[in-house]
Amino acid sequence: MKEMLTGNAAAAWGVRLADVDYLPTYPITPQTEIIETLARWICDGVMDATFVTLDSEHSMITAAGAASATGVRVFTATSSQGLLYGFEMLYTVAGWRVPLVMVNVSRALSSPITLEADHNDILATRDSGFLQIHCETCQEVLDSILIAYRLAEDKRVLLPVLVNMDGFLLSFTREPVEIPDIKDVKRFLPPYQPEHAFFKASQPMAQGVAALGGPVYSYFKYQMHLASMNALDVYKEVSGEFGKIFGRKYDTVDGCMMDDAVCVLVMTNSFSTLGKAAVMKARAKGIKAGLLRLRVLRPFPEADIRGAIKMTRAVAVLDQNVSVGKGGILYSEISSALYHEKERPLLLSFIGGLGGKNISSEEFEFIFDAMIHAVDTGKVPAPRLLYTEEEWKQMEGLKKMAGKQ
Amino acid sequence: MNTMPIQSIKELTLEEALSPGTPTCAGCGGLLALRHCLKALGKKTVIVNAAGCFTLLAIYPYTPFQNSWLYTAMACAPAGAQGIRDALDILIKKGRLDPKEDLKVVVLTGDGVAYDIGMASTSGALHRNLDFYYICSDNEAYGNTGFQWSGATPFGSKTATTPVGRMHPSGTDISKKNLFEIWRSHKPPYLATISPSHPVDLANKFIKAEQYKGPKLFIHLSPCPPGWVTDPSHSTQLAKLAVDTGIWALKEAVYGEVKHTVVPKKFKPVEEYLKGQGRFAHLFKPVRQEDVLKKIQGMVDQYWNEVRDKESL
Repeated sequence: MKEMLTGNAAAAWGVRLADVDYLPTYPITPQTEIIETLARWICDGVMDATFVTLDSEHSMITAAGAASATGVRVFTATSSQGLLYGFEMLYTVAGWRVPLVMVNVSRALSSPITLEADHNDILATRDSGFLQIHCETCQEVLDSILIAYRLAEDKRVLLPVLVNMDGFLLSFTREPVEIPDIKDVKRFLPPYQPEHAFFKASQPMAQGVAALGGPVYSYFKYQMHLASMNALDVYKEVSGEFGKIFGRKYDTVDGCMMDDAVCVLVMTNSFSTLGKAAVMKARAKGIKAGLLRLRVLRPFPEADIRGAIKMTRAVAVLDQNVSVGKGGILYSEISSALYHEKERPLLLSFIGGLGGKNISSEEFEFIFDAMIHAVDTGKVPAPRLLYTEEEWKQMEGLKKMAGKQ
Repeated sequence: MNTMPIQSIKELTLEEALSPGTPTCAGCGGLLALRHCLKALGKKTVIVNAAGCFTLLAIYPYTPFQNSWLYTAMACAPAGAQGIRDALDILIKKGRLDPKEDLKVVVLTGDGVAYDIGMASTSGALHRNLDFYYICSDNEAYGNTGFQWSGATPFGSKTATTPVGRMHPSGTDISKKNLFEIWRSHKPPYLATISPSHPVDLANKFIKAEQYKGPKLFIHLSPCPPGWVTDPSHSTQLAKLAVDTGIWALKEAVYGEVKHTVVPKKFKPVEEYLKGQGRFAHLFKPVRQEDVLKKIQGMVDQYWNEVRDKESL
């Protein structure tokens, strides 16, 4: 069955098909449509789940983790400020090793307070223990939620998963989405039957206990890291099986025109669609352009990224985030993935699309020109912020209105 | 379910739910109260703990409890209780858990959590009529971090962050927050104050609470030898003095209707309770702070005068 769905509605469909038991929620733009859709389905009796609105995202993530630790399948969703408000509990529930799934609808962080997407919110959580899957399309959002439960609940993993989509650009954009048959979903995703974490009278269990002393703490913390690294192989199994059943294949990275690419753009999430259009345009001009979209960001698929780009000449990482005082976050991560390679491409850093700022085709052309120039001269330019002359003029006008010349 | 009140301490069960040998301080009033609470609750419970002294009861690989336990974080234990309660209900409803496996969900916190950082998550749980117990161990300061001022710290006492000096001769300048009334404004089915010095009153309150579905809340005043600067052997005596002087009123509220359960025939002067504690020592030495002592006694008198009017004691 194919329907025109927003990213938010696609997420809700993923949750409905996954037969989720429990939905602790809290509203925040632009995520709210997900929980509204689920509340409607529960109210209409087409979905058998318990829906609760908590008093904050901090409480919401706590309730989600505690319910998962009791043995039910849990989903929750948030955005931006909400994700940061619950930040303490992300680390906490990941340490409980509970396999819940959470959608983050990316939205740039305050301050200044704003609405549209960039990835400082989701990337702030990259060290929490949650696995991360980043989506380009509405179809991918639905499919990734199903994949996320299989991955999270696998005994070799047992970590929560964050599925990310861009606010507005994907959350509120309708695309044709294939809604899988429930029989196929049941074949792919069996019911959740926890063996490691539950509460019942006949088998008392202490969960989340204090671990005093470095050796004990180190043991448990590193277990999480190893489990996350295990998830790389498990992901390949799970996505392979997903591909067999549903006919849609999702690797940890998604390559576009990568086979003979010389100049490669690295991106994530929905802006990758713009990047792919720019690659086609560059190809038409004779540039051997390609795009590598990072889909799984935690665990970081270092080998897959290395394999895809190590034989290219130049790679431009387009970060829709800024680690203030350092620069693009993914640029740093990809640099470290390539450091030990004898032959490696030149690596350029661009920061763009902050607060949902558009990236025009001229800006993409600028990036490809910079890569070609770097290949010709062997010199890597300093990191750049993408910002057009027109935008600069508009900003000057606004500053004038604000009384700042 | 036993719903008959007990008459004497001899009727308390001898079976212990809490093993000895915990890392709490000698003479911990909170631990004594907790021991009585757990006896009353039975073993089919899951304790949802927020950061505080009691977090250190369960340290890997040990736990002194025979029941289940989940440590959450500081602000959100009631939200953890919500998740567990809802999950147990879902599992039972969907036939994935035998109803015999059901558990009482019990939040366990200190006053820093209950009076300050956890207020919003508690209010949310009360508002949603969550079927759970909440036990607040109130030692009137952030005890686990070394006894700093909290919303529960009483006027005229000394803490590590409200020291006594030239600018603040009375130590803490403002009065304790009234958590009982804040909670009562939500009209929970059952709300009570208890004391480790009055185990019969304590047990009977749990017996009574059991009949209600929804929030069942308990606050106990917990003598804290290191923070109160008292002798560990005096804790029960101090807890009793708090009741006998009227500074800690033992009461309950059923759907908001208040009734005092222990009313001393003759109230002892508050001074008797204060003078045995190092945290109030500056009120007596080097100079007796008459105005402060009068104000504290005045607050207690005013409280009981209002109670007499309302409950015609």
